[in-house]
Amino acid sequence: MGVSGAALGPRGHEPVSARIDPDRRRLTRVGLLGLPALLFVAIFLLYPLALLIETSFHAKTGAWSLEQYQRIATTPVYGLVLWKTAWVAGLVTLIDFAVGYPFAVALTRARGWWRLVLLAAVLMPFWTNLLVRTYGWIVVLHPSGLLNTLLLRLGLISEPIELVQNTPGVLIGMTQIMLPYMVLPIAAQIEKMDLRLLQAARSLGASAPRTFWHVYFPLTLPGVFAGALVTLVLSLGFFVIPALLGGRRDVLIAQLIDFNLTKVLNWELAAALGTILLVVTMGLFLAAQRWFRLDSLWTEAR
Amino acid sequence: MPRSLGSAVLASFAGLVCLFLVLPSLIVVPMSFNADTLLRFPPQGFSTTWYQAYFDQENWRSATWHSLAIAASVTILATALGTIAALALIRGRIALRNLFIYIMLTPMIVPPIVSAVSMYGVFAQFRLVGTLPGMVLAHTVLALPFVIINVAAVLQRMDWRVEQAARSLGASALKAFFLVTLPMIRPGLIVAAIFAFITSFDEVVVALYISGSSAITLPVEMWSGLRFEINPVVAAVSSLLLGISVASLLTISLLRRLTSAERRASA
Repeated sequence: MGVSGAALGPRGHEPVSARIDPDRRRLTRVGLLGLPALLFVAIFLLYPLALLIETSFHAKTGAWSLEQYQRIATTPVYGLVLWKTAWVAGLVTLIDFAVGYPFAVALTRARGWWRLVLLAAVLMPFWTNLLVRTYGWIVVLHPSGLLNTLLLRLGLISEPIELVQNTPGVLIGMTQIMLPYMVLPIAAQIEKMDLRLLQAARSLGASAPRTFWHVYFPLTLPGVFAGALVTLVLSLGFFVIPALLGGRRDVLIAQLIDFNLTKVLNWELAAALGTILLVVTMGLFLAAQRWFRLDSLWTEAR
Repeated sequence: MPRSLGSAVLASFAGLVCLFLVLPSLIVVPMSFNADTLLRFPPQGFSTTWYQAYFDQENWRSATWHSLAIAASVTILATALGTIAALALIRGRIALRNLFIYIMLTPMIVPPIVSAVSMYGVFAQFRLVGTLPGMVLAHTVLALPFVIINVAAVLQRMDWRVEQAARSLGASALKAFFLVTLPMIRPGLIVAAIFAFITSFDEVVVALYISGSSAITLPVEMWSGLRFEINPVVAAVSSLLLGISVASLLTISLLRRLTSAERRASA
């Protein structure tokens, strides 16, 4: 106490502002180091996005109008695609929750080599090229692929079932690709849990199922919300899987944007569809801000 | 008794999910040695034809070269920009700090197809479509958030008093950064660099738009090989890429173990 007081002695009398200001200026200078990255993202992403939104409010003639949005709202085909996109993304999120939650529980309970196996299985997809995985699914689901060959040999089916070029193909592929995004936040949440709360519930007489539904499950909800949000958002905008595993009737919004731009060359309509997807995505993320911090998701994820 | 039964059921379920996650990717390896041109499982015979074709055919060779060149440039550019941005974020004072964070994370949140379509419009104006620099710029934007997140994480854990000690002993700010801070965060930087490399090397949607016809990357070439009829060369390429994935996963976990061991040793 005496030593530190003596060390502080002469400095303690300096006017406060004189001490803080050079420090503030130095910190602001360090803060300026963020500028290059900021400019980079602004020029090559934010500016293009702003142009996209602006374009969506133009008619083909170039005049300002709501024509594109009116067209999307009144053409049944577009409504159908938007509906199907939401439906597929919702279903993928639901299945991934049903599969991912027990898997996350198993992951956090596992010890030793078993834990390593489960962890590797859930991290491996992040490092595997998406097209490699898509190709793998084609090999598995193809009429003469692994699954059909296996089922035929076992005598469970008499002729190959169609699993690619249709909705089941899209659902199976997307469910697998998105699963790690659901598992990791839930597992992280379980690891953070104070296990004494469970012991307290049990010792106060709660049955195991009751402890699960009233203590364990509610405590994992932030992880569930985070996982579901990311799964939903990524599924809504997914392009590769529906395009390669889906059929002609499995067009989702991302393909519709691509189709309008590259085949029909209707830049304004593509822009309007892109704007809708962008607004929905951003809206979901901003709405979810109350439950968790965005940046906490990816730090450990990959 | 019910407890161990429940655990057994849970463990078997987890095992099945593991197969679901891993098997469809591993299956590309036997397929790559298929002697048949048709997509049929199990593969017929054994041959290395598709590997031969991959190394011989000009389109695959140039796609591989483009991918490597673009990913290497992105790694350098994104790691440099991202590291100083992370430094600004953790050590500096930034007006509207939260807004800055949101903006830096946007490339990760915007659906790839939306980024691709909107970048295409602007990049076409600047004649960047179909050029390697255009691809590098586009992929650097996408890789930046991953670098910033990773570097910010190690900077936050770092003991700043070491750098302060260097400064108080007379080192300039730059010298202290390069001689003290940088070596301390090196493992984190390597992880960030690998992230940047993979982000670019595996990216396909933005590449489909920006690569045009003269900067075609490996994923774009694979996309064409899967789009209408299946090109068996894709199996060989996939097996090679799978090998790289396993290698990077092992490297990363090794690096992470190394840093945590160091932390334990210093604690």
